[in-house]
Amino acid sequence: MASQKLLLKHADVKGIETYDVYRKHEGYNSVEKAFKKMSPEEVLEEVKTSGLRGRGGAGFPTGLKWSFLAKPEGVSRYLVCNADESEPGTFKDRYLMEFLPHLLIEGLIVSSYALGANTCYIYIRGEYAWIVDILEKAIEEAKANGFLGKNILDSGFDLEIYVQRGAGAYICGEETALLESLEGNRGNPRIKPPFPAVKGVWDCPTVVNNVETLAAVVPIINHGGAEYAKIGVGRSTGTKLISACGNINKPGVYEIEMTESVEDFIFSDEFCGGIPKGKRLKACIPGGSSVPILPANLLLNTAAGETRIMNYESLNEGGFETGTMMGSGGFIVFDEDQCIVKHTMTLARFYNHESCGQCSPCREGTGWLYKVLKKIEAGHGEIKDIDLLWDIQRKIDGNTICPLGEAAAWPVAAAIRHFRDEFEWHVTHAEEAKTRNFGIAQYADALV
Amino acid sequence: MFTDNLKTEIKALTTKYPEGKQKSALLPALHLVQEQGNNSLSVEQMDVVAELLSIEPIEVYEVASFYTMFNLKPVGKYVLEVCQTGPCMVQGSDDIIDHIKKKLDIEAGETSADGLFTLKPVECLGACGYAPMMQMGKFYKEHLTPEKIDKILNECRNNAS
Repeated sequence: MASQKLLLKHADVKGIETYDVYRKHEGYNSVEKAFKKMSPEEVLEEVKTSGLRGRGGAGFPTGLKWSFLAKPEGVSRYLVCNADESEPGTFKDRYLMEFLPHLLIEGLIVSSYALGANTCYIYIRGEYAWIVDILEKAIEEAKANGFLGKNILDSGFDLEIYVQRGAGAYICGEETALLESLEGNRGNPRIKPPFPAVKGVWDCPTVVNNVETLAAVVPIINHGGAEYAKIGVGRSTGTKLISACGNINKPGVYEIEMTESVEDFIFSDEFCGGIPKGKRLKACIPGGSSVPILPANLLLNTAAGETRIMNYESLNEGGFETGTMMGSGGFIVFDEDQCIVKHTMTLARFYNHESCGQCSPCREGTGWLYKVLKKIEAGHGEIKDIDLLWDIQRKIDGNTICPLGEAAAWPVAAAIRHFRDEFEWHVTHAEEAKTRNFGIAQYADALV
Repeated sequence: MFTDNLKTEIKALTTKYPEGKQKSALLPALHLVQEQGNNSLSVEQMDVVAELLSIEPIEVYEVASFYTMFNLKPVGKYVLEVCQTGPCMVQGSDDIIDHIKKKLDIEAGETSADGLFTLKPVECLGACGYAPMMQMGKFYKEHLTPEKIDKILNECRNNAS
């Protein structure tokens, strides 16, 4: 059975990016319902009931996050939409904004109403330059039709939405770095507490949510939180967008119900459509580059032998020893020809490049990870370098202000944990490693 | 470079923020200056931005040097920002970068002799499903092949001549 679509339901409708077509397809119904029939508190309650969890990667319950927002008298509150999508493997928010801009705007209006925020900023990564135009056009149309501006639908509630462009810094996806950047500063994360809910942008109470999270508020209000919570399983409620890439036949953005098995997701024609050229599955990073890579056998089944499902709990089954994370839904598939050492090196280079430099363990550690991995990849490695890598990642993990440290440490730790023999082979067979890849070895023996 | 129009545009940016928080317009202002100028930012230009936003020049330099999209050295008319992160690497971004190096006889970070092209390998641009890819100006060029690169280079040369 095809998955139920809540966010992408009308994605294929011609002209859906325009106000008129969007409005004809249930567009802005949630604003009408919320503004005419519900109090802000009731909107918040529905979001809590829905069980919606942050879709940016951390998976924190959205309703709970909203309930932390401080409401001192006479102080402005802000909603900031995190559209700084930069986690390698993740391109789902881009899809939403590019093709369904009004869905995001609608989500922002209802969410701002619930939070009592009269100003909302969409902080979008600088490279998505053309999407800024798409969003600004949608904002203009929404305003012309009375859904933005002063006294929306005669409710007495005012709202302005502005788009703010970043300028190429992965770290600005971290919410306090994002707020620094929005204030016109370098993107250095802040020490927490205070959390943004108390002291956010310009020291005012602020909620920062991911694009997909805020878009999901629309179906939650339309259908009710309880209905939304019926989709999915356990604490993984609703639908989730997965951006699939790497060695698959059908890369793209898919909406899933979080009940599909990982195997189905990779091999069925409804989703990734299998691996090109009849190659075998070697490994996969299911939730954006920061989450642990898993070899095929542990990816499709848990260590306990259960079928792994595409949701927060199942992907995490086994912890970091034998499991991984749902993360942002950036799903990267590797076939048997891919080299884990080289891949881990490119990720280390990425995190080294993106470290803001504020904390020494991250600033120095990510550089060391990259250098040591480059040495092994170039054929000059020693066995003790592998232990050194392990030691460096362990000393970054948990010792930094923001999670970029962990994001850099985890991929290296997981690669060594599951593919140590491939790293060792790069050391012991340095010459051979230059002309061929290690291949698949025992990793995928269990399947396909 | 700083026409009255550009100055007005920069001033207008500040209306998106509360009174006294005009520093928030810094990133958008630097984008405007870079895009309307030569794809890069000079110290003189940054000083003018500082003046327009009533902030200190050092506040502009420290921000401009933090974000990779701002070029603080002169670059070509076309900057080829080729993504080299994992998902693109899996789809052959190394070959694309090598092809550009050979075609233009430059290394990463360099500008071609005719001043037209700069090769700037970058990290993940959020187009992993459409790899390999690069950014050129405002838009993405996706599903790249050596042939597609040749075509793009020729188009740029034709537009520039």
